[in-house]
Amino acid sequence: MSVVATDLEWGVRRRVVLSGVSLSVAPGETLGLIGPNGSGKSSLLRLLAGLKRPASGRVQIHGQDISRVPRRMLARQVAFVQQSAATDTNVSVRDVVRLGRTPHRSALGGWTNADEDIVASALERVNMTGHANQPWQTLSGGERQRVHIARALAQAPRIMFLDEPTNHLDIHHQIEILRMVRALDLTSIIALHDMNLATMFCDRIAVMKDGRLVMLGTPREVVTAQLLRDVFRVEAEVSDDPRPHIRFTGAPGA
Amino acid sequence: MKRAARRHREGGLALVYFGACLVILVFAVALATAIGDYHIPLRTVFLAVWNGIGLGTAEISRIEFSIVWDLRLSRALVAALAGAGLALCGAILQALLRNPLAEPFVLGVSAGASTGAVAVIILGIGGGGLSLSVGAFGGAFAAFALVALLSNGATSGPNHTILAGVAAAQLFNALTSYIVTTSGNAQQARDVMFWLLGSFGGVRWPDFFLLLAVTALGLAICLWMARSLDAFTFGDEDAAALGVPVGRIRLILFGVTAMITAAIVSMVGAIGFVGLVVPHAARYIVGPLHLKLLPACAITGAIFMVLADIVSRILVSQQTIPIGVVTALVGVPFFAVILYRARPQT
Repeated sequence: MSVVATDLEWGVRRRVVLSGVSLSVAPGETLGLIGPNGSGKSSLLRLLAGLKRPASGRVQIHGQDISRVPRRMLARQVAFVQQSAATDTNVSVRDVVRLGRTPHRSALGGWTNADEDIVASALERVNMTGHANQPWQTLSGGERQRVHIARALAQAPRIMFLDEPTNHLDIHHQIEILRMVRALDLTSIIALHDMNLATMFCDRIAVMKDGRLVMLGTPREVVTAQLLRDVFRVEAEVSDDPRPHIRFTGAPGA
Repeated sequence: MKRAARRHREGGLALVYFGACLVILVFAVALATAIGDYHIPLRTVFLAVWNGIGLGTAEISRIEFSIVWDLRLSRALVAALAGAGLALCGAILQALLRNPLAEPFVLGVSAGASTGAVAVIILGIGGGGLSLSVGAFGGAFAAFALVALLSNGATSGPNHTILAGVAAAQLFNALTSYIVTTSGNAQQARDVMFWLLGSFGGVRWPDFFLLLAVTALGLAICLWMARSLDAFTFGDEDAAALGVPVGRIRLILFGVTAMITAAIVSMVGAIGFVGLVVPHAARYIVGPLHLKLLPACAITGAIFMVLADIVSRILVSQQTIPIGVVTALVGVPFFAVILYRARPQT
């Protein structure tokens, strides 16, 4: 499914967080969202996923204005993976993945075999089947993130939003998670900090700065020494073989 | 095969638990009805109840029938309902506020109720036309309204709501103290104090039916929203991403808990710790999913309260200890265990 944002504005009280953001994501595409801290990546992601309402502008998913779609209906098409969501409740891995079926179930309707199969295949997909009965609290950071993705998959979404899903993970798990998301047959939009990972796993990259979308294109078009200087205030060399690779050389003025 | 077996086993265990609880509850209520200054055999209790609901015509003395039917049974059943309601509210607030230490009075309801009660008893608001219960109910809802207002209709996050509840409780406690110290006499202050600690003395059938209606309605609404409550496991935003209308659910469920708590407080006083302790115990037995947890809380809370009422009447002969004292004596050690176990995980 496609995601089209038109002229999004959003702010907290008088502070403008996002202004004039328009973008369009094609079905099946993986879009990376990069930008410095506070540039509005997370806010944009939440507006696109319908978790926040824009002050003006609109988001369309599959041609439908999401402000007119009921929450539950939206959650059947769109899944959102927060960065390191935590809980104190003593739940098992299976319980957590089962939560993904919430938008598909009625208030008192029973748990069907179809639900069970979807949960099982979601666990299989992220390689956590063997951990299904393990308490959530005993999982490592990488395992937790995989379970969150399994839960998002159990929603059977067409679009997945991920807010820095690789935060706090070691490099092996960062690559593992992104490879997994990339392999899914979904439209996905991922906010990322690591630009080298973004160039590795994304079809296109959108660059945010001060609440505005300053660039949108293929990794080769976007990741340049000029952009890194202007947006991220770092000096870097970008080699281009076979895809852009960044080598940081220092911060300007340092 | 395997999954069917697992579902079967889970369902079976829960059924055994609920069945056992139901039997225990019936016997606890019967015991609470039998025990007292005038001891009545259990057999007579059951026969009297059978007669009372019009199913039997056993020969029992009028006095014994009257003690069972008019005095003790309604008291025991109100105790059961109060325990069920408080435990239910505790479970809901712990889920919504994502705080293991939340309990029914966290929204300032008991403080508001005491202010309402002293306003009626000591200040004589309403010119004697209002009962203590009505005053307490009004005060409880005033406190809840203040909390809802301070936390933007309860939509601005768990911690904000908890802080608003603390502020409201402080305010209403201060008002109560002010009224008691400036205009009350010692006897009135003692009456209020005793009422606040909780007592099932003097409750009758009309109280039971009112509480039954409120609790049953509340339980039905909560069960209807049980799946949504599960979705709050990872927080408000996560629940929204799972398709739950977070603001609406929060407001409705806060309203339901305020209604149940206010009804209980105005009838039998602010009985502490049941709403805190029972949900943790129930979660330990049936797990964290609310479709099972909420009924388990209700029935466990009912048993706990009926037993506490029995203890409060037999611990010191010829004297009834305030029920809140008994629940706290049992509740505090449990609370200490939770605190100990809830240490930050390393």
